Amino acid sequence: MSGVEVTAVSKRYGAATVLDRITASFEAGRFTSLLGPSGSGKTTLLRIVAGFVIPDEGELRIGAAEVTRVPVWKRRIGMVFQSYALFPHMTVLENVMFGLNRRGVRGPSAAREARQALEMVRLTGFEARSPKQLSGGQQQRVALARAIVTKPEVLLLDEPLSALDRRLRQEMQVELKRIQRESGLTTIFVTHDQEEALTLSDRIAILDRGRIVQDGVPGEIYERPRTRFAASFLGDANFLEGTVASGGEGVAVPGALVRVAGKLPAAGSKVTLAVRPEKMTILAPNTASSFENALPATLREVIYAGAVSTYLLTGADGRELKVFAQNRAQDGAGFAPGATVTLAWSAAHTIPMED
Amino acid sequence: MKRLGLVHLLLVIAFLYLPITVMVVMAFNASPLYELPFSFSLDWFAKLPANDRLLTASGNSLMLAVTTAVLATAIGVPASLALSRRKFRGRTLLQLLLLPPIAIPWLITGTAMLVFFFSTGIGRGLFAMTVGHVALAIPYVVLVIGTGLQSQRADLEEAAMSLGSTPLHAFFRVTLPLLLPSIIAAALFAFAVSLDQFVVSYFLATPGVTTLPVEIYSAIRKGFTPEINAISTILLGASMILVLAFALLSNMGGARERR
Repeated sequence: MSGVEVTAVSKRYGAATVLDRITASFEAGRFTSLLGPSGSGKTTLLRIVAGFVIPDEGELRIGAAEVTRVPVWKRRIGMVFQSYALFPHMTVLENVMFGLNRRGVRGPSAAREARQALEMVRLTGFEARSPKQLSGGQQQRVALARAIVTKPEVLLLDEPLSALDRRLRQEMQVELKRIQRESGLTTIFVTHDQEEALTLSDRIAILDRGRIVQDGVPGEIYERPRTRFAASFLGDANFLEGTVASGGEGVAVPGALVRVAGKLPAAGSKVTLAVRPEKMTILAPNTASSFENALPATLREVIYAGAVSTYLLTGADGRELKVFAQNRAQDGAGFAPGATVTLAWSAAHTIPMED
Repeated sequence: MKRLGLVHLLLVIAFLYLPITVMVVMAFNASPLYELPFSFSLDWFAKLPANDRLLTASGNSLMLAVTTAVLATAIGVPASLALSRRKFRGRTLLQLLLLPPIAIPWLITGTAMLVFFFSTGIGRGLFAMTVGHVALAIPYVVLVIGTGLQSQRADLEEAAMSLGSTPLHAFFRVTLPLLLPSIIAAALFAFAVSLDQFVVSYFLATPGVTTLPVEIYSAIRKGFTPEINAISTILLGASMILVLAFALLSNMGGARERR
């Protein structure tokens, strides 16, 4: 079991900089997600760790060894591809044994280890099948067994769940997490699905245009996003733009003075605040509450979704706002579109953005 | 409507096969003057072994076709691999340039080859014909292999490498076995292109060295004997078996890639 260290790695294709001096550390045994939109460089970073892409600058270490220029086949990696990439001319067992054979494990002991890996992904009894006789979820499991059977130093997952339907994807998320925990493999998982990243990861790194904009444990990244991009890419956010009030006791935004728990820049400077939609509560105008912050707004639309409802509102300056609320009361929240309301939330849930 | 479609299909088949059927029937007819009623005879087949010119030409044709199949495949497969797997300057242009030779009339290609071989001192004969046939067959090989490669994903090779295969091992263990139906189909295609070839062969043949189509053509001009029907029937049978094998293999190649 080894960690992966990426130091000041850059990659350019012609004039386009895909990765811009990225430094990241993937701790041994941890499940880390690289989360970002397409074109953010997350797949390139994964392919650099795999060895399919050689960086223009920077250094890559797997465990203690420097492997920046070591070819793929000499690294000890396991990879699950987006399309699974199972060998169609081999049986399930032959697919899983392929890597073992390449690492010098042959014959009965290779078959035994392959069967153990198939047992781990719950595919015992499928050994003699051909990949095309399997469902998408089963192929996914074979690909996973094939990648982990060689006990690689690092397991690389390239959006492996994106081809599955919703139900199967949730099922596989649980399986993936269990297998990763049982095997203890250092895992790097590329995804553009924020929910998947939050559910599965020990750590998340958010990438944007070739840079890691924030990394940390899921809760920290969600509760304390540093930039507008991080706040809006992982989850939803309401942004309020204003000026830091003299005395530094809050931020003057259209319609209110917003109090912030953390530190603020110097008085008079412009700042953007982010508030998660579920942290806001909708109250009747001029209702007393224990929240530090209150903002007048007009309710525009209610989107009912069973357990929760989404409220779309308009702020004093015409800004669009969004609130998520659980439907605890049976009669709904009691506000109809067009109503004037007050949005209330606490200073602790008001996050100043760095950009 | 369904009936009409079936009738149409039967008419098309009849249109394609009727002349050929007449030829095959006449190969088994005793009369040298195509007289009816039909009386079954194997005379024309029996006379074939004595016809040295036809036999030599047939031998030349087969040898040429086999050589063309081997050489065109050996040259075409790596070319197709490079075109579909590697990125290099001018790749699209090269890929486009491979197509026109298929559409250029053989008469023009044949004339061009004759002029070229004459001026370079290669001249005419079996070697010139081999070079000509290989050149004609390569675009077909590249096309057939290219289609096969398109249905095979590049990430299979990457998967093999991630499991410890060198690129060479990945090629022989993964790419090549999956490409085999396409390679066989391409070789059959090249074989057929060569065996059917008349125009280019006619230009490059010398009086002593001809191929079967060229020999048949000159035999027709001298006077048509049903021996031609007999040898054509044999050729036809062989061609049809090859084409059917091709169709079967390319179907298999397609089915293999389904997930």
